[in-house]
Amino acid sequence: MKKVFVIILLVVLGFFLTKTFMDIPFGENRIGEVAANETAAGYYLNNTPDKTKVANVVTAIVVNYRGLDTLGEVTVLFLASIGLASILYRRKKEEEDAERLSLPSSRIMRTGVRVLFPAIVLLGIYVFIHGHLTPGGGFQGGTIVATGFLLMLISYKGFNTDHNRMVWIESLAGLSFVGIGIWGLVSGNTFLENIPETGVLNSLISGGLIPIIYIVVGFKVAVELTGILDILLNIKPNK
Amino acid sequence: MQEQFNEVFTKYHEVITWSVYGTAIILMLIGLYAILIKKNLVKIIIGLTILDAGVHLLFVGIGYIQNGTAPIFSPGNENAADRMVDPVPQALVLTAIIIGFAITAVALSLVIRLYKHHNTAKIDQIKSLKW
Repeated sequence: MKKVFVIILLVVLGFFLTKTFMDIPFGENRIGEVAANETAAGYYLNNTPDKTKVANVVTAIVVNYRGLDTLGEVTVLFLASIGLASILYRRKKEEEDAERLSLPSSRIMRTGVRVLFPAIVLLGIYVFIHGHLTPGGGFQGGTIVATGFLLMLISYKGFNTDHNRMVWIESLAGLSFVGIGIWGLVSGNTFLENIPETGVLNSLISGGLIPIIYIVVGFKVAVELTGILDILLNIKPNK
Repeated sequence: MQEQFNEVFTKYHEVITWSVYGTAIILMLIGLYAILIKKNLVKIIIGLTILDAGVHLLFVGIGYIQNGTAPIFSPGNENAADRMVDPVPQALVLTAIIIGFAITAVALSLVIRLYKHHNTAKIDQIKSLKW
C-alpha cells in the first residue's frame, strides 16, 4: 500500500521535474556576451584571467569570488569529522580490545600498496598545488591523499595515524585560512581580499593568495578524511 | 570535427536532452524511492547519495554549452572565454559534493551507533523510534 503511494508520488514528481527541465534547452548559451558582463558567469569568465591571473575559473570562483562560502564549507567538513568522532567515541577501557574489522590482507595487496602509497600521495599533492592551473584543487587533491591513507589503513593492521599531529595540522590549516581572511580586513580591504601581486597567468606562482588557500584547504581535507576513515575502520565488532 | 559535432548535436538534440536530464531525474527518483521504501538504514543512506548524484548531474548538465570547453585558460586557450561552459554550476557542485560527503559520514556514524544499541539496522525493528 505504502509502495503504491510512493510510486504515485514519484511519478508525479518525475513528470513535473521533466516538464520543468525540458523547458531549459540543453547546450544553449545562457551566459550571453561574455565581454558585456551581463551574467555572473560572463563576469567571472571575463575578469578572472585579467584580475586574479588564475587559469582555472572554477578555482577562482570557489576560492576568490566565493571564498567565504568555501570557508563555511571547510567548517562543515570540520564539524562532520568532529561529530563523527564524538558519536563514535570510545572510553579508554573499550579502546583496549578494539580492533580492526577488516581481515588481514594478502602479501600481494601489502606489497602493491607499499609501492602505490607514495605515488598516490604525490599525485594528491600535485593536484592541490596546481589547483589554479589544472582541473582539481584542494578538495580533490585532499581526497586523493586520503585514498592513499585508506589503502594503507586497510592493508596494514599496525598502520596507525598520529592523532595529535593530525589535530595540529588540521588546526593550523583552519587557522591560516581564517588568518589569510583577517589579513585582508587588517590591511583595510574586505575579508579574504586577494592582496599580493597576482603574477603572470599560467605560471605556478600566480594568483596571489588563491594557491596558498587551496594548499591549506588540501591539507585540511586530507587530514580530515583520513581521520574519518581511521575512526570508521577502527570500530569494535559487536560481540 | 567541430562541424560534425554540431551536426550531430542539432540532429539528435532531443535525444541528448532527454538522456542527460532523464538520467539525472531517474537517479533522483531512484534515490527518493530508496529513502522512502527501504527499511535498512544503510540502504537509505545509499539512496541519499544516489539522490545527491542525480542533483549534481542535473546541475552540471544545465551548465553545459554547445561546443564549450572546460573553463580553464590553459596555454593556447587564453582567448577562449567565449567558448567556455558555465563555471558557476561546477563550483556549486564542488561545494555540494563535499557537503554530501559530510552528511553521509555523520549519517553512517549514527547508523553504527544505532546498530550497536539495537543490534539491527532496520528501522521497523527499532521500537523506541516509534511514537
